[in-house]
This record gives sequence, C-alpha cells and structure tokens, in this order.
Amino acid sequence: MEFSSTTNRDEVIVNLSGELDEKSAAQTREYLDKQLRDHRYNRVILDFHGVSFMDSTGIGVLLGRYKKITENGAELCVRNLNKQIDKVFRISGLYQIIKAV
Amino acid sequence: MKITNHVKINLPAHVGNEGFARAAVAAFCAPLSPSIEEINDIKTAVSEAVTNVIVHAYPEKDGEIDVEVVIYDDKLISITVTDAGIGLIDPDQAMKPFFTTKSAEEHSGMGFTIMEAFMDELDVRSELGRGTRVTMRKAIKQHA
Repeated sequence: MEFSSTTNRDEVIVNLSGELDEKSAAQTREYLDKQLRDHRYNRVILDFHGVSFMDSTGIGVLLGRYKKITENGAELCVRNLNKQIDKVFRISGLYQIIKAV
Repeated sequence: MKITNHVKINLPAHVGNEGFARAAVAAFCAPLSPSIEEINDIKTAVSEAVTNVIVHAYPEKDGEIDVEVVIYDDKLISITVTDAGIGLIDPDQAMKPFFTTKSAEEHSGMGFTIMEAFMDELDVRSELGRGTRVTMRKAIKQHA
C-alpha cells in the first residue's frame, strides 16, 4: 500500500494506493494514525482512487480510525470507491457512519 | 452436473497469501467469462475465507490452507477453503455479523457476512481441534 496526503487548513486528504487487506492493514493503520497524531483536523477524507481491492480487514481498519477521528470531534469521509469496495461498504453498513463525498 | 474443470491449491497460512489465493481463483474462473462484478465477488469471498484461516486457525503453530475450485457444467463454481486448525467453538455464532474474537485487533467480524452476500451459497463445517471447511458456490450468468 502507498500513501500520500494533502493538507488544506483543517482538512486532510489521504490518497491510498494498492490493496487493503490483511497484508496491508497494519501499515495502513500506522500511516493514518501518524497523520492523526501529528495534526488536529476537522475532516479526514480517504481517497480510494488508487485502491483496487478491499475486504473486511479494511472494514476493521476504517472502524478503528472512525472511532479515533470522531472521538476528537472530527469527521471521516471517503471518496472514489470502485464498485467492489462500494459493495463491501453497502453490505457492511459502513455508509451509515462514513460518508462518501 | 458434470465437472468441467478443477484445481487444488495448497499454501501456508501466512499473511500475504490471501492476495495470491484470490488472484489465483479469479484467474482460474476467468475462462467462464464472468462479469467484472462476479469476478470481484469471488475474489472478495475467497479473500475473506483465506484471511479467516490466516488470522484464526493456527494460533500456536504453522499450518496450511487448501483451496479447491470445482467448475460444473462450465458455469457453477464451487470453492472450498479447508484448514486443519483449532476449529470454531460455535459456527452459527461465528457467522453472525460483527462477531469477532479479536476486536482488540480491530477485526470487523464481517467475513462470513460478506461471503454469504457475495456468493450464492455458503456452508461452514467445523470441528474443534480438527479444523474448518468453508464451501461457497456461485453460478456464473451467461453474458451476451
């Protein structure tokens, strides 16, 4: 998994690239947690444009980050999900708490 | 129904092999001309089943995963993922959405729910101390 991020005042956009599964979960968790530790944002947007696949391991990673982000009063959003990832979001109910923008 | 093709893959239950397993099964099913959605459904379900083995089946030793794909009449795909690990204490409970024994490690407990939703049929057999066998079936629709 590869990462880059763009900060715009109190908002950060994190671009993810690769496959989000058991192999990349720890690395993804670490990168996102470091971003969140270093700054205080009102909104965190995860851009999935470069992510070709995600399974339920990714759900766990996102739920973990969602807890941390909302505990700080911020919002977690996603964008550019492909059809496979969109289906995982729909079936798991993730859209009920993580907004697509 | 006639078996028109089959393959067996045996691999260690190591993190990273879930990626190989889902890609290998997808490649094996490709000659049936599934839609992109069908192939993604299969990849996702295989990833879930294999990840379950990697994460849960062998907590104290190295173990192996068997992935068997059987194709019937060039359109029905049956995928069986078998391990010889610790088994599930209660398979019915394990299959409920959000049930996980590893919440501290941020596992979502959605694996079986996704397998069930993405495939046509799901059957889970498990025996404590002997292992678990997950069988999933999906019929490929004929595309014009």
